[in-house]
Amino acid sequence: MSNSTTSRGGGTQTVSSPREGSPSASGPTGRAPRPEWRQRLTRLDVRLSPYLYISPFFLLFLVVGMFPLGYTAWVSVHDWSLIGGKGEFVGLDNFREVLGNPYFTKQLVNTISIFLLSSVPQIVIAVVLAALLDNQLRGRTLWRMSILLPFVVSPVAVAIIFGSLYGDRYGLINELLGYVGIDPIGWHTERWASHVAIATMVNWRWTGYNALICLAAMQAVPRELYEAAAIDGAGRVRQFVSITLPMIRPTMIFVVITSTIGGLQIFAEPRLFDETNARNGGSDRQFGTITMLIYDFGWQLRDLGRASATAWLLFVVICAFGIANFLLIRRIGALGGDR
Amino acid sequence: MKTSKTRRYRLASSALVALTLATTAAACGGGDDDGTTADGVTTITVATFNEFGYEGLIDEWNAANDDIKIEQVKVGTWDDAKANLYTKLAAGSGLSDIEAIEGDAMPAILAEEGAFEDLTDDEVDGRWLPWVEEKTLNADGQMIGYATDIGPEGICYRSDLFEKAGLPTDREEVAGLMGTWDDYFALGEEFIKKVPDTAWYDSSGGLAQAMLNQVENPFETDDNTVEVENDELEAVWADVTGNIEKGLSTKLPQWSDDWTASFQNDGFATMACPGWMLGVVEGNAEGVKGWDIANVFPGGGGNWGGSFLTVPAQGENIEEAKEVAAWLTAPEQQVKAFAAKGTFPSQVEALESGEVTSATNAFFNDAPTGEILAERAQAVTVQPYKGPKYSDILQAFQAAVLRVDDGSQDAAQSWDQFLTDVEALG
Repeated sequence: MSNSTTSRGGGTQTVSSPREGSPSASGPTGRAPRPEWRQRLTRLDVRLSPYLYISPFFLLFLVVGMFPLGYTAWVSVHDWSLIGGKGEFVGLDNFREVLGNPYFTKQLVNTISIFLLSSVPQIVIAVVLAALLDNQLRGRTLWRMSILLPFVVSPVAVAIIFGSLYGDRYGLINELLGYVGIDPIGWHTERWASHVAIATMVNWRWTGYNALICLAAMQAVPRELYEAAAIDGAGRVRQFVSITLPMIRPTMIFVVITSTIGGLQIFAEPRLFDETNARNGGSDRQFGTITMLIYDFGWQLRDLGRASATAWLLFVVICAFGIANFLLIRRIGALGGDR
Repeated sequence: MKTSKTRRYRLASSALVALTLATTAAACGGGDDDGTTADGVTTITVATFNEFGYEGLIDEWNAANDDIKIEQVKVGTWDDAKANLYTKLAAGSGLSDIEAIEGDAMPAILAEEGAFEDLTDDEVDGRWLPWVEEKTLNADGQMIGYATDIGPEGICYRSDLFEKAGLPTDREEVAGLMGTWDDYFALGEEFIKKVPDTAWYDSSGGLAQAMLNQVENPFETDDNTVEVENDELEAVWADVTGNIEKGLSTKLPQWSDDWTASFQNDGFATMACPGWMLGVVEGNAEGVKGWDIANVFPGGGGNWGGSFLTVPAQGENIEEAKEVAAWLTAPEQQVKAFAAKGTFPSQVEALESGEVTSATNAFFNDAPTGEILAERAQAVTVQPYKGPKYSDILQAFQAAVLRVDDGSQDAAQSWDQFLTDVEALG
């Protein structure tokens, strides 16, 4: 091991020495090829090796990430049936058709609504939970692990349990509401109520997961900062706002971006929540999402062209939201006053 | 910044590990689809959904045959089976040697030229009821599927609730009261006056399905032109949505949790009952006394459901698969499947067999279900024409009914949206 470091040091040494040693800048070509060759190799090694080391991921990403993306774009400009395969080139017709479809607008609004109803409370609660768990509790690990428990439960099971809780007629929640004199809510038929129901499912599952990630970031915040703040007379809340939040900002960005991507791609929960035959998100698509529309186009109507066009539109929407959220979260630091 | 870099690295590396595992797993999975092992045993896979009642039959076959073994691939619902079927048809490989197809989806399958084997065979000539056999023939007259069960419909009813409403409870008498749909609806109005908290039938969707099964061309003409604006369909629509206003329906989507719960909560008094529904009722209404079945169906007979076994052309062991499919759908085997899971046979001989005709059902007040369903099967005179778009349009129609049912739209709005939906099918 030490050998490699010395040779590396020696290498950089030799890089400079012949240059200095050579009488003129124009230099005689081919007079001393051996050291030149070795130098070049070393330089290449230093410059290129890191890229070589990380290349497997990017090569794989090209194959399994970029290729489908490009291929989807290719499909989206063709008439493409699930079984028949490629048909005619139709240009942007599929996009036009999708954008003109009233369900697209409706399901985009549903998606954003469910996303906001789930991600916003989810992240706020996750950060607060993490802050509470960042204390010196007795049986710390137990508490910390138990908040991850909902995440372990499969979404199918979650949907079944919540589906019966939110039953329109015989569900537990409506029954409880009845005791306090509130009329039964149509969880499967009223548009916004259905969004709330689905958002609780998502929140129940993902809050603990995000809380643990935030907690990990909080653990990395140097304790001296809190001690210093305490000496300066800062209370718990002030410490949280001025130290914790700015210090975990990179993690917050990660959490927000991943939940943006996940939230806008929501599929399993609303589909399993749906009890109609078509499973398109309620009789009038009250809670149908964009991914459900993609599924409907691709696998129920067997029109991959429209499905791909919708997928690309969703990709654009996610990018837009991702960037917006990134800019938003970067400002968290400003709250604390540093940077 | 350093922490986020390592995190990114870790993310990347774990993604890589996951990917490697996934590709290895996929590679392993692809290894054994040839179906023939070194010792010359051919394994025939049979993909089914719900309950076909084949478990005992497969054991029987495997015990008797050394060269061909059957292996069942079961999934929960047709929806899952359909997703699997279409993706693998598109991929050109990966399907089971025998694939079960749900009845309403059969027309779309018949339109997939060359994707399924022609199963025409002298040996199976005359095995099925003629109207069942007709559903298995494609445009060229090839037999693409062997029919399994059928769904002749009777009316299941709650005799205890009938008694409460002052209606007759005896199944013969009840049968006499609902010869036409008008009789049936009139009886329903009488019923809900006496028992206001209970609906007359289980769901508008179920009723719509029952009525559609008596319309000759509900959605498409015989040359596959989509034609949903026809008098007959509009009449069904008017009946179904009109009854919602009158309060005859539970207003629940069929198969929803609330629908299932309504069996236990005196939610409704009657329902259209194809043979396979008897098991569903018994399961959902466990502990509820008073269920019975009447040997009648308003407006004549009706068939709801039934499946088919097909042999995809992409398979490697076509001949063996045909043999197995023929055996599984033979009358003797159908009688055994009926005994196991109540799937009502579609074969002439099986319908006449003593085991089927003498079957009774203790849950339905010891009703002679075998005899009743056999008679209901004979009463089927009209079968709706189902073109390749049938199941897509049916789905849109069911959603339209539901929109009126759950109050999200009125009947006129919902009909308009149905027309738009059908147009979007292309």
